[in-house]
Amino acid sequence: MNSLGTIKTIAKRELRAYFSSPVAYVFIVIFLLLNGFFTFMVGGFFERGEASLSESFFLWHPWFYLFLVPAVGMRLWAEERRVGTLELLLTLPIAPWEAITGKFIASWLFLGLALAFTFPVVLTVNHLGSPDNGVIFTAYVGSWLMAGAYLAVSCITSAITRSQVVSFIISVVACLFLILAGFPPVINLLQGLTNHWQWLVDVITSFSVTTHFEGFQKGVLDSRDIFFFLSVIVFALFTTSVILRTHRTN
Amino acid sequence: MIKVENLVKTFGAKRAVDGISFTVERGEVLGFLGPNGAGKSTTMRMLTGFLPPTSGTVTVGGHDLAGQPRAAKKLIGYLPESAPAYTDMTVHGFLDFAAEIRGLRGEAKNAAIDRVVELCFLKSVLHQNVDTLSKGYRHRTCFAQSIIHDPDILVLDEPTDGLDPNQKYEVRQLIRRMGEKKAIIFSTHILEEVDAACTRAIIIDRGKIVVNGTPQELRRKSEWAGAVTLRVSGVAAAAVEEKLGRVRAAKRVASATDGGRVTVTVFPRTPGDGDLTREVLAVTNGWQVEDLRTEEGRLDEVFRSITMPDTAGKEVKP
Repeated sequence: MNSLGTIKTIAKRELRAYFSSPVAYVFIVIFLLLNGFFTFMVGGFFERGEASLSESFFLWHPWFYLFLVPAVGMRLWAEERRVGTLELLLTLPIAPWEAITGKFIASWLFLGLALAFTFPVVLTVNHLGSPDNGVIFTAYVGSWLMAGAYLAVSCITSAITRSQVVSFIISVVACLFLILAGFPPVINLLQGLTNHWQWLVDVITSFSVTTHFEGFQKGVLDSRDIFFFLSVIVFALFTTSVILRTHRTN
Repeated sequence: MIKVENLVKTFGAKRAVDGISFTVERGEVLGFLGPNGAGKSTTMRMLTGFLPPTSGTVTVGGHDLAGQPRAAKKLIGYLPESAPAYTDMTVHGFLDFAAEIRGLRGEAKNAAIDRVVELCFLKSVLHQNVDTLSKGYRHRTCFAQSIIHDPDILVLDEPTDGLDPNQKYEVRQLIRRMGEKKAIIFSTHILEEVDAACTRAIIIDRGKIVVNGTPQELRRKSEWAGAVTLRVSGVAAAAVEEKLGRVRAAKRVASATDGGRVTVTVFPRTPGDGDLTREVLAVTNGWQVEDLRTEEGRLDEVFRSITMPDTAGKEVKP
Protein backbone atom coordinates (compact mmCIF):
# COMPACT_ATOMS: atom_id res chain seq x y z
CA MET A 1 0.00 0.00 0.00
CA ASN A 2 1.27 3.48 -0.78
CA SER A 3 1.94 6.11 1.86
CA LEU A 4 -1.17 8.10 1.02
CA GLY A 5 -3.41 5.08 1.52
CA THR A 6 -1.71 4.27 4.82
CA ILE A 7 -2.05 7.82 6.10
CA LYS A 8 -5.70 7.84 5.08
CA THR A 9 -6.40 4.56 6.89
CA ILE A 10 -4.69 5.79 10.07
CA ALA A 11 -6.47 9.14 9.94
CA LYS A 12 -9.82 7.49 9.36
CA ARG A 13 -9.38 5.24 12.39
CA GLU A 14 -8.33 8.16 14.54
CA LEU A 15 -11.30 10.28 13.50
CA ARG A 16 -13.65 7.39 14.11
CA ALA A 17 -12.17 7.00 17.58
CA TYR A 18 -12.81 10.68 18.33
CA PHE A 19 -16.47 10.41 17.53
CA SER A 20 -17.07 7.09 19.25
CA SER A 21 -16.30 8.74 22.59
CA PRO A 22 -18.04 11.75 24.11
CA VAL A 23 -14.78 13.72 24.02
CA ALA A 24 -15.42 15.04 20.53
CA TYR A 25 -18.90 16.31 21.29
CA VAL A 26 -17.90 17.85 24.61
CA PHE A 27 -14.99 19.57 22.91
CA ILE A 28 -17.07 21.02 20.10
CA VAL A 29 -19.77 22.26 22.48
CA ILE A 30 -17.28 23.93 24.81
CA PHE A 31 -15.42 25.48 21.90
CA LEU A 32 -18.62 26.94 20.48
CA LEU A 33 -19.86 28.16 23.88
CA LEU A 34 -16.54 29.90 24.55
CA ASN A 35 -16.59 31.46 21.11
CA GLY A 36 -20.13 32.72 21.55
CA PHE A 37 -19.54 34.07 25.01
CA PHE A 38 -16.31 35.91 24.22
CA THR A 39 -17.47 37.24 20.88
CA PHE A 40 -20.76 38.68 22.04
CA MET A 41 -20.26 39.35 25.77
CA VAL A 42 -16.58 40.13 26.24
CA GLY A 43 -15.62 41.13 22.72
CA GLY A 44 -18.61 43.47 22.45
CA PHE A 45 -19.52 42.37 18.94
CA PHE A 46 -22.74 44.43 18.85
CA GLU A 47 -21.39 47.48 20.67
CA ARG A 48 -18.57 47.83 18.19
CA GLY A 49 -20.89 48.46 15.30
CA GLU A 50 -18.26 47.08 12.89
CA ALA A 51 -18.91 44.55 10.17
CA SER A 52 -15.76 42.65 11.08
CA LEU A 53 -14.80 39.59 13.12
CA SER A 54 -11.13 40.22 13.81
CA GLU A 55 -11.43 42.26 17.04
CA SER A 56 -14.38 40.43 18.52
CA PHE A 57 -14.06 36.83 17.31
CA PHE A 58 -10.61 35.83 16.05
CA LEU A 59 -8.84 37.83 18.74
CA TRP A 60 -9.62 35.10 21.29
CA HIS A 61 -8.55 32.10 19.27
CA PRO A 62 -4.90 32.00 20.39
CA TRP A 63 -6.18 31.83 23.97
CA PHE A 64 -8.92 29.24 23.40
CA TYR A 65 -6.48 27.02 21.58
CA LEU A 66 -4.07 27.31 24.46
CA PHE A 67 -6.30 25.02 26.52
CA LEU A 68 -8.43 23.26 23.96
CA VAL A 69 -5.83 22.05 21.48
CA PRO A 70 -3.63 20.32 24.10
CA ALA A 71 -6.84 18.62 25.28
CA VAL A 72 -7.31 17.20 21.79
CA GLY A 73 -3.65 16.33 21.27
CA MET A 74 -2.78 14.89 24.67
CA ARG A 75 -4.18 11.46 23.95
CA LEU A 76 -2.58 11.03 20.51
CA TRP A 77 0.52 9.12 21.60
CA ALA A 78 0.17 8.93 25.38
CA GLU A 79 -2.89 6.71 24.96
CA GLU A 80 -1.19 4.47 22.38
CA ARG A 81 1.67 3.92 24.77
CA ARG A 82 -0.51 3.38 27.82
CA VAL A 83 -2.80 0.83 26.17
CA GLY A 84 0.08 -0.80 24.30
CA THR A 85 -1.35 -0.33 20.82
CA LEU A 86 1.86 1.50 19.91
CA GLU A 87 3.42 -1.94 19.70
CA LEU A 88 0.79 -3.00 17.17
CA LEU A 89 1.07 0.21 15.19
CA LEU A 90 4.83 0.12 14.87
CA THR A 91 4.99 -3.55 13.91
CA LEU A 92 2.63 -2.98 10.98
CA PRO A 93 4.20 -2.64 7.55
CA ILE A 94 4.07 1.14 7.74
CA ALA A 95 6.69 3.81 8.34
CA PRO A 96 6.52 5.72 11.65
CA TRP A 97 6.17 9.04 9.83
CA GLU A 98 3.04 7.77 8.11
CA ALA A 99 1.48 6.97 11.46
CA ILE A 100 2.53 10.34 12.88
CA THR A 101 1.18 12.23 9.89
CA GLY A 102 -2.06 10.26 9.79
CA LYS A 103 -2.81 10.84 13.44
CA PHE A 104 -1.91 14.51 13.19
CA ILE A 105 -4.10 15.07 10.15
CA ALA A 106 -7.08 13.41 11.84
CA SER A 107 -6.84 15.70 14.85
CA TRP A 108 -6.24 18.72 12.67
CA LEU A 109 -9.32 17.93 10.59
CA PHE A 110 -11.26 17.54 13.79
CA LEU A 111 -10.16 21.00 14.93
CA GLY A 112 -11.07 22.31 11.50
CA LEU A 113 -14.54 20.83 11.91
CA ALA A 114 -14.99 22.51 15.29
CA LEU A 115 -13.85 25.77 13.74
CA ALA A 116 -16.27 25.34 10.83
CA PHE A 117 -19.14 25.01 13.30
CA THR A 118 -18.64 28.67 14.22
CA PHE A 119 -20.25 29.58 10.88
CA PRO A 120 -23.30 31.21 12.54
CA VAL A 121 -21.01 34.08 13.55
CA VAL A 122 -20.20 34.64 9.89
CA LEU A 123 -23.90 34.50 8.99
CA THR A 124 -24.69 37.00 11.76
CA VAL A 125 -22.13 39.54 10.66
CA ASN A 126 -23.28 39.19 7.07
CA HIS A 127 -26.85 39.65 8.11
CA LEU A 128 -26.11 42.82 10.07
CA GLY A 129 -23.72 44.48 7.70
CA SER A 130 -21.50 43.86 4.73
CA PRO A 131 -18.14 42.61 5.97
CA ASP A 132 -15.18 41.73 3.76
CA ASN A 133 -15.70 37.97 3.51
CA GLY A 134 -12.24 37.53 2.00
CA VAL A 135 -10.72 38.85 5.21
CA ILE A 136 -12.90 36.52 7.25
CA PHE A 137 -11.83 33.60 5.09
CA THR A 138 -8.10 34.29 5.45
CA ALA A 139 -8.59 34.74 9.19
CA TYR A 140 -10.21 31.30 9.31
CA VAL A 141 -7.27 29.83 7.39
CA GLY A 142 -4.87 31.53 9.80
CA SER A 143 -6.81 30.30 12.80
CA TRP A 144 -6.72 26.74 11.50
CA LEU A 145 -2.99 26.92 10.76
CA MET A 146 -2.40 28.26 14.26
CA ALA A 147 -4.42 25.38 15.72
CA GLY A 148 -2.22 23.04 13.68
CA ALA A 149 0.93 24.51 15.18
CA TYR A 150 -0.42 24.08 18.71
CA LEU A 151 -1.51 20.56 17.86
CA ALA A 152 1.93 19.60 16.56
CA VAL A 153 3.46 20.86 19.81
CA SER A 154 0.93 18.73 21.71
CA CYS A 155 2.04 15.75 19.61
CA ILE A 156 5.55 16.13 21.01
CA THR A 157 4.41 16.35 24.62
CA SER A 158 2.04 13.44 24.08
CA ALA A 159 4.90 11.29 22.79
CA ILE A 160 7.05 12.16 25.79
CA THR A 161 4.79 10.66 28.41
CA ARG A 162 2.29 7.89 29.06
CA SER A 163 0.18 10.24 31.16
CA GLN A 164 -2.32 12.42 29.36
CA VAL A 165 -2.41 14.89 32.24
CA VAL A 166 1.35 15.46 32.16
CA SER A 167 1.15 15.79 28.40
CA PHE A 168 -1.60 18.39 28.71
CA ILE A 169 0.27 20.53 31.25
CA ILE A 170 3.59 20.55 29.38
CA SER A 171 1.76 21.29 26.18
CA VAL A 172 -0.10 24.27 27.67
CA VAL A 173 3.17 25.71 28.97
CA ALA A 174 4.86 25.27 25.58
CA CYS A 175 1.94 26.85 23.74
CA LEU A 176 1.84 29.66 26.27
CA PHE A 177 5.37 30.48 25.23
CA LEU A 178 4.23 30.64 21.61
CA ILE A 179 1.63 33.25 22.59
CA LEU A 180 3.58 35.25 25.15
CA ALA A 181 6.54 35.68 22.82
CA GLY A 182 4.39 38.20 20.96
CA PHE A 183 2.43 39.60 23.89
CA PRO A 184 3.15 43.38 24.17
CA PRO A 185 3.89 43.41 27.95
CA VAL A 186 6.33 40.55 27.49
CA ILE A 187 7.99 42.27 24.53
CA ASN A 188 8.40 45.46 26.60
CA LEU A 189 9.90 43.47 29.43
CA LEU A 190 12.31 41.75 27.05
CA GLN A 191 13.32 45.06 25.53
CA GLY A 192 14.05 46.42 29.00
CA LEU A 193 16.13 43.41 29.91
CA THR A 194 18.10 43.21 26.68
CA ASN A 195 18.76 46.85 25.98
CA HIS A 196 21.30 46.45 23.24
CA TRP A 197 20.13 43.22 21.72
CA GLN A 198 17.17 44.12 19.63
CA TRP A 199 17.92 41.11 17.42
CA LEU A 200 17.30 38.77 20.34
CA VAL A 201 13.93 40.34 20.98
CA ASP A 202 13.18 40.01 17.28
CA VAL A 203 14.12 36.33 17.28
CA ILE A 204 11.90 35.62 20.27
CA THR A 205 8.94 37.58 18.94
CA SER A 206 9.27 35.87 15.58
CA PHE A 207 8.28 32.67 17.33
CA SER A 208 5.03 34.17 18.43
CA VAL A 209 1.88 32.77 16.93
CA THR A 210 0.01 36.00 17.61
CA THR A 211 2.24 38.16 15.42
CA HIS A 212 1.95 35.63 12.61
CA PHE A 213 -1.79 35.37 13.08
CA GLU A 214 -2.28 39.14 12.89
CA GLY A 215 -1.61 39.24 9.17
CA PHE A 216 -4.30 36.66 8.50
CA GLN A 217 -6.79 38.66 10.60
CA LYS A 218 -6.18 41.68 8.39
CA GLY A 219 -6.78 39.61 5.30
CA VAL A 220 -3.11 39.38 4.32
CA LEU A 221 -1.94 35.96 3.13
CA ASP A 222 1.79 36.41 3.71
CA SER A 223 3.85 33.44 2.57
CA ARG A 224 6.19 33.99 5.53
CA ASP A 225 3.33 33.54 7.98
CA ILE A 226 2.13 30.40 6.21
CA PHE A 227 5.70 29.16 6.12
CA PHE A 228 6.05 29.85 9.83
CA PHE A 229 3.06 27.74 10.84
CA LEU A 230 3.88 24.93 8.44
CA SER A 231 7.49 24.83 9.57
CA VAL A 232 6.44 24.64 13.23
CA ILE A 233 4.18 21.71 12.30
CA VAL A 234 6.83 19.86 10.29
CA PHE A 235 9.51 20.44 12.90
CA ALA A 236 7.26 19.33 15.75
CA LEU A 237 6.17 16.17 13.92
CA PHE A 238 9.78 15.37 13.14
CA THR A 239 10.64 15.81 16.82
CA THR A 240 7.77 13.46 17.67
CA SER A 241 9.26 10.78 15.43
CA VAL A 242 12.67 11.19 17.09
CA ILE A 243 11.09 10.85 20.55
CA LEU A 244 9.15 7.74 19.56
CA ARG A 245 12.31 6.19 18.17
CA THR A 246 14.28 7.05 21.30
CA HIS A 247 11.71 5.27 23.47
CA ARG A 248 12.24 2.10 21.48
CA THR A 249 16.03 2.15 21.46
CA ASN A 250 16.33 2.66 25.21
CA MET B 1 11.34 -18.12 6.67
CA ILE B 2 12.74 -16.29 9.65
CA LYS B 3 16.38 -16.25 10.58
CA VAL B 4 17.85 -14.70 13.68
CA GLU B 5 21.58 -14.22 14.04
CA ASN B 6 23.39 -13.19 17.18
CA LEU B 7 20.64 -11.00 18.45
CA VAL B 8 21.65 -8.80 21.39
CA LYS B 9 19.61 -6.26 23.30
CA THR B 10 20.96 -4.29 26.21
CA PHE B 11 18.96 -2.04 28.50
CA GLY B 12 21.55 0.08 30.26
CA ALA B 13 23.98 -2.38 31.80
CA LYS B 14 21.58 -5.32 31.56
CA ARG B 15 21.86 -7.71 28.66
CA ALA B 16 18.23 -8.71 28.25
CA VAL B 17 18.97 -10.79 25.16
CA ASP B 18 22.49 -12.07 24.81
CA GLY B 19 23.43 -13.49 21.43
CA ILE B 20 20.41 -15.51 20.31
CA SER B 21 20.44 -17.32 16.96
CA PHE B 22 17.87 -19.65 15.44
CA THR B 23 15.85 -20.24 12.30
CA VAL B 24 12.24 -21.23 11.78
CA GLU B 25 11.07 -22.73 8.50
CA ARG B 26 7.63 -23.02 7.00
CA GLY B 27 5.78 -25.91 8.62
CA GLU B 28 7.50 -25.46 11.94
CA VAL B 29 5.95 -24.37 15.22
CA LEU B 30 8.62 -23.14 17.56
CA GLY B 31 7.81 -22.96 21.26
CA PHE B 32 9.68 -20.29 23.12
CA LEU B 33 10.09 -21.19 26.76
CA GLY B 34 11.81 -19.56 29.66
CA PRO B 35 11.21 -18.16 33.11
CA ASN B 36 9.78 -14.66 33.50
CA GLY B 37 12.31 -12.03 32.53
CA ALA B 38 14.41 -14.47 30.50
CA GLY B 39 14.14 -12.28 27.41
CA LYS B 40 11.27 -13.95 25.55
CA SER B 41 9.19 -10.83 24.98
CA THR B 42 12.22 -8.70 24.18
CA THR B 43 13.28 -11.22 21.53
CA MET B 44 9.80 -11.24 20.02
CA ARG B 45 9.71 -7.48 19.98
CA MET B 46 12.93 -7.48 18.02
CA LEU B 47 11.66 -10.14 15.59
CA THR B 48 8.66 -8.01 14.76
CA GLY B 49 10.57 -4.76 14.41
CA PHE B 50 9.18 -3.00 17.45
CA LEU B 51 12.52 -2.83 19.24
CA PRO B 52 15.67 -2.28 17.23
CA PRO B 53 18.34 -4.78 18.36
CA THR B 54 21.56 -3.50 19.90
CA SER B 55 23.37 -5.83 17.52
CA GLY B 56 22.59 -8.84 15.35
CA THR B 57 20.27 -9.33 12.41
CA VAL B 58 16.78 -10.61 11.73
CA THR B 59 15.97 -11.83 8.21
CA VAL B 60 12.33 -12.38 7.34
CA GLY B 61 11.51 -14.23 4.13
CA GLY B 62 14.82 -13.06 2.68
CA HIS B 63 14.30 -9.42 3.68
CA ASP B 64 16.55 -7.83 6.26
CA LEU B 65 14.26 -6.42 8.92
CA ALA B 66 16.45 -3.37 9.53
CA GLY B 67 17.07 -2.64 5.85
CA GLN B 68 13.67 -3.42 4.32
CA PRO B 69 11.27 -3.18 7.26
CA ARG B 70 8.15 -2.78 5.14
CA ALA B 71 8.66 -5.88 3.03
CA ALA B 72 9.67 -7.90 6.10
CA LYS B 73 6.81 -6.73 8.32
CA LYS B 74 4.28 -7.55 5.61
CA LEU B 75 5.00 -11.23 6.11
CA ILE B 76 4.53 -11.16 9.87
CA GLY B 77 1.47 -11.31 12.08
CA TYR B 78 2.11 -10.37 15.69
CA LEU B 79 0.23 -10.86 18.92
CA PRO B 80 1.97 -8.78 21.61
CA GLU B 81 2.06 -10.04 25.18
CA SER B 82 -0.53 -7.59 26.51
CA ALA B 83 -2.84 -8.27 23.54
CA PRO B 84 -3.55 -4.58 23.00
CA ALA B 85 -6.47 -3.34 20.94
CA TYR B 86 -7.91 0.11 20.38
CA THR B 87 -10.39 0.44 23.23
CA ASP B 88 -12.46 3.15 21.60
CA MET B 89 -13.63 0.97 18.71
CA THR B 90 -15.91 -2.00 18.18
CA VAL B 91 -14.38 -5.39 17.45
CA HIS B 92 -15.54 -5.09 13.86
CA GLY B 93 -14.12 -1.57 13.54
CA PHE B 94 -10.80 -2.73 14.89
CA LEU B 95 -10.58 -5.71 12.55
CA ASP B 96 -11.65 -3.50 9.66
CA PHE B 97 -8.77 -1.16 10.44
CA ALA B 98 -6.33 -4.08 10.78
CA ALA B 99 -7.40 -5.45 7.38
CA GLU B 100 -7.27 -2.09 5.67
CA ILE B 101 -3.84 -1.12 6.99
CA ARG B 102 -2.62 -4.47 5.63
CA GLY B 103 -3.83 -3.37 2.22
CA LEU B 104 -7.06 -5.40 2.02
CA ARG B 105 -10.03 -3.71 0.36
CA GLY B 106 -13.60 -4.43 -0.60
CA GLU B 107 -14.59 -8.09 -0.90
CA ALA B 108 -11.17 -9.37 0.13
CA LYS B 109 -11.37 -7.31 3.30
CA ASN B 110 -14.83 -8.55 4.24
CA ALA B 111 -13.85 -12.14 3.53
CA ALA B 112 -10.76 -11.76 5.72
CA ILE B 113 -12.79 -10.31 8.58
CA ASP B 114 -15.39 -13.09 8.31
CA ARG B 115 -12.66 -15.72 8.31
CA VAL B 116 -10.92 -14.49 11.49
CA VAL B 117 -14.21 -13.82 13.27
CA GLU B 118 -15.08 -17.46 12.75
CA LEU B 119 -11.63 -18.80 13.63
CA CYS B 120 -11.46 -16.76 16.84
CA PHE B 121 -15.14 -17.14 17.85
CA LEU B 122 -15.83 -13.41 17.89
CA LYS B 123 -19.26 -13.43 16.27
CA SER B 124 -21.18 -12.70 19.48
CA VAL B 125 -19.12 -9.62 20.35
CA LEU B 126 -18.59 -8.26 16.85
CA HIS B 127 -20.37 -4.97 17.48
CA GLN B 128 -19.31 -4.53 21.06
CA ASN B 129 -16.77 -1.93 22.10
CA VAL B 130 -13.33 -3.36 22.82
CA ASP B 131 -13.14 -1.81 26.29
CA THR B 132 -16.27 -3.70 27.38
CA LEU B 133 -14.84 -7.09 26.43
CA SER B 134 -13.68 -9.71 28.92
CA LYS B 135 -10.00 -10.54 28.90
CA GLY B 136 -10.46 -13.68 26.84
CA TYR B 137 -12.41 -11.93 24.12
CA ARG B 138 -9.99 -9.03 24.00
CA HIS B 139 -7.15 -11.49 23.67
CA ARG B 140 -8.86 -13.25 20.80
CA THR B 141 -9.62 -9.92 19.12
CA CYS B 142 -5.95 -9.11 19.08
CA PHE B 143 -5.16 -12.63 17.92
CA ALA B 144 -7.66 -12.19 15.08
CA GLN B 145 -5.83 -9.03 14.08
CA SER B 146 -2.55 -10.94 13.80
CA ILE B 147 -3.91 -13.50 11.31
CA ILE B 148 -6.19 -11.24 9.30
CA HIS B 149 -3.78 -10.98 6.37
CA ASP B 150 -3.01 -14.71 6.46
CA PRO B 151 0.69 -14.09 7.12
CA ASP B 152 3.48 -16.57 6.38
CA ILE B 153 5.00 -15.95 9.78
CA LEU B 154 3.21 -15.69 13.08
CA VAL B 155 4.82 -14.35 16.21
CA LEU B 156 2.60 -14.95 19.23
CA ASP B 157 3.60 -13.79 22.68
CA GLU B 158 1.71 -16.03 25.13
CA PRO B 159 -1.27 -16.68 22.86
CA THR B 160 -3.22 -18.72 25.45
CA ASP B 161 -2.75 -16.36 28.36
CA GLY B 162 -6.04 -15.42 29.99
CA LEU B 163 -8.12 -18.01 28.16
CA ASP B 164 -10.28 -20.67 29.79
CA PRO B 165 -9.34 -24.33 29.26
CA ASN B 166 -11.69 -24.78 26.30
CA GLN B 167 -10.39 -21.69 24.57
CA LYS B 168 -6.82 -22.72 25.30
CA TYR B 169 -7.52 -26.03 23.62
CA GLU B 170 -9.04 -24.30 20.58
CA VAL B 171 -6.14 -21.90 20.22
CA ARG B 172 -3.61 -24.72 20.45
CA GLN B 173 -5.47 -26.65 17.77
CA LEU B 174 -5.54 -23.52 15.65
CA ILE B 175 -1.81 -22.94 16.06
CA ARG B 176 -1.10 -26.54 15.20
CA ARG B 177 -3.28 -26.42 12.09
CA MET B 178 -1.84 -23.15 10.89
CA GLY B 179 1.65 -24.41 11.64
CA GLU B 180 1.38 -26.82 8.73
CA LYS B 181 1.56 -23.99 6.25
CA LYS B 182 3.25 -21.21 8.20
CA ALA B 183 6.28 -20.57 10.34
CA ILE B 184 5.07 -19.94 13.88
CA ILE B 185 6.95 -18.78 16.92
CA PHE B 186 5.07 -18.64 20.18
CA SER B 187 6.12 -18.09 23.73
CA THR B 188 4.52 -19.73 26.70
CA HIS B 189 5.28 -20.91 30.15
CA ILE B 190 2.71 -23.65 30.02
CA LEU B 191 4.70 -26.75 29.27
CA GLU B 192 1.81 -28.86 28.04
CA GLU B 193 1.56 -26.48 25.12
CA VAL B 194 4.93 -27.57 23.92
CA ASP B 195 3.55 -31.07 23.51
CA ALA B 196 0.20 -29.92 22.24
CA ALA B 197 1.39 -27.62 19.49
CA CYS B 198 5.16 -27.42 18.95
CA THR B 199 7.41 -29.20 16.53
CA ARG B 200 10.44 -27.69 18.22
CA ALA B 201 11.17 -25.86 21.44
CA ILE B 202 13.77 -23.42 22.62
CA ILE B 203 14.40 -22.70 26.27
CA ILE B 204 16.02 -19.41 27.00
CA ASP B 205 17.39 -18.29 30.32
CA ARG B 206 19.01 -14.99 31.18
CA GLY B 207 19.03 -13.94 27.54
CA LYS B 208 20.71 -17.07 26.19
CA ILE B 209 19.40 -20.17 24.44
CA VAL B 210 20.03 -23.12 26.72
CA VAL B 211 18.16 -25.82 24.82
CA ASN B 212 16.98 -26.08 21.23
CA GLY B 213 15.31 -29.33 20.17
CA THR B 214 12.11 -31.29 19.55
CA PRO B 215 9.83 -31.91 22.54
CA GLN B 216 10.99 -35.56 22.51
CA GLU B 217 14.62 -34.52 22.66
CA LEU B 218 13.84 -32.17 25.49
CA ARG B 219 12.05 -34.83 27.43
CA ARG B 220 14.93 -37.24 27.05
CA LYS B 221 17.02 -34.86 29.10
CA SER B 222 14.78 -35.52 32.07
CA GLU B 223 15.84 -37.99 34.73
CA TRP B 224 12.32 -39.32 34.39
CA ALA B 225 12.93 -40.31 30.78
CA GLY B 226 12.77 -44.11 30.71
CA ALA B 227 12.06 -44.36 34.44
CA VAL B 228 9.90 -47.32 35.43
CA THR B 229 7.09 -46.97 37.92
CA LEU B 230 5.40 -50.04 39.30
CA ARG B 231 2.85 -50.79 41.97
CA VAL B 232 3.23 -54.04 43.83
CA SER B 233 1.37 -55.57 46.75
CA GLY B 234 2.25 -58.23 49.28
CA VAL B 235 5.91 -57.25 49.59
CA ALA B 236 7.61 -54.88 52.06
CA ALA B 237 8.81 -51.58 50.67
CA ALA B 238 12.32 -52.14 51.93
CA ALA B 239 12.58 -55.46 50.12
CA VAL B 240 11.34 -53.97 46.88
CA GLU B 241 13.77 -51.07 47.10
CA GLU B 242 16.64 -53.33 47.95
CA LYS B 243 16.02 -55.66 45.03
CA LEU B 244 15.41 -52.92 42.46
CA GLY B 245 18.39 -50.94 43.69
CA ARG B 246 20.63 -53.76 42.50
CA VAL B 247 19.38 -53.56 38.91
CA ARG B 248 22.37 -52.64 36.73
CA ALA B 249 20.72 -49.88 34.70
CA ALA B 250 19.10 -48.24 37.74
CA LYS B 251 20.50 -45.09 39.22
CA ARG B 252 18.14 -44.45 42.06
CA VAL B 253 14.94 -45.89 43.55
CA ALA B 254 12.16 -43.98 45.26
CA SER B 255 9.16 -45.59 46.90
CA ALA B 256 5.99 -44.76 48.75
CA THR B 257 3.66 -47.03 50.69
CA ASP B 258 -0.11 -46.75 50.46
CA GLY B 259 -1.99 -49.31 52.57
CA GLY B 260 -0.58 -52.68 51.62
CA ARG B 261 0.78 -51.49 48.31
CA VAL B 262 4.15 -50.12 47.39
CA THR B 263 4.58 -47.68 44.53
CA VAL B 264 8.13 -47.52 43.42
CA THR B 265 9.99 -45.64 40.70
CA VAL B 266 13.31 -46.71 39.31
CA PHE B 267 15.32 -43.99 37.60
CA PRO B 268 17.66 -45.01 34.78
CA ARG B 269 21.40 -44.40 34.87
CA THR B 270 21.21 -42.91 31.37
CA PRO B 271 17.96 -41.06 30.67
CA GLY B 272 15.84 -42.78 28.05
CA ASP B 273 17.54 -46.15 28.55
CA GLY B 274 15.19 -48.80 27.15
CA ASP B 275 16.96 -51.67 28.91
CA LEU B 276 15.74 -50.56 32.30
CA THR B 277 12.18 -51.79 31.82
CA ARG B 278 13.38 -55.23 30.79
CA GLU B 279 15.79 -55.46 33.71
CA VAL B 280 13.14 -54.35 36.19
CA LEU B 281 10.70 -56.93 34.81
CA ALA B 282 13.31 -59.62 35.28
CA VAL B 283 13.45 -59.10 39.04
CA THR B 284 9.73 -58.87 39.73
CA ASN B 285 9.27 -62.65 39.94
CA GLY B 286 7.01 -63.55 42.85
CA TRP B 287 5.64 -60.04 43.30
CA GLN B 288 2.05 -59.13 42.61
CA VAL B 289 2.54 -56.35 40.08
CA GLU B 290 -0.66 -54.36 39.67
CA ASP B 291 0.65 -51.66 37.39
CA LEU B 292 3.83 -51.00 35.50
CA ARG B 293 4.64 -48.14 33.20
CA THR B 294 7.65 -46.57 31.55
CA GLU B 295 7.81 -42.80 31.90
CA GLU B 296 8.44 -40.59 28.89
CA GLY B 297 10.20 -37.87 30.77
CA ARG B 298 8.80 -34.73 32.26
CA LEU B 299 9.21 -31.36 30.61
CA ASP B 300 8.61 -29.39 33.78
CA GLU B 301 11.47 -31.19 35.43
CA VAL B 302 13.76 -30.54 32.43
CA PHE B 303 12.70 -26.91 32.48
CA ARG B 304 13.51 -26.58 36.15
CA SER B 305 16.80 -28.42 36.01
CA ILE B 306 17.92 -26.16 33.17
CA THR B 307 16.73 -22.81 34.42
CA MET B 308 17.19 -23.43 38.15
CA PRO B 309 19.92 -26.06 38.43
CA ASP B 310 20.22 -25.73 42.23
CA THR B 311 16.71 -26.80 43.14
CA ALA B 312 15.99 -29.44 40.51
CA GLY B 313 15.36 -32.98 41.64
CA LYS B 314 14.61 -32.04 45.22
CA GLU B 315 10.90 -32.54 44.97
CA VAL B 316 10.81 -35.67 42.90
CA LYS B 317 8.02 -37.96 43.98
CA PRO B 318 6.84 -41.07 42.25
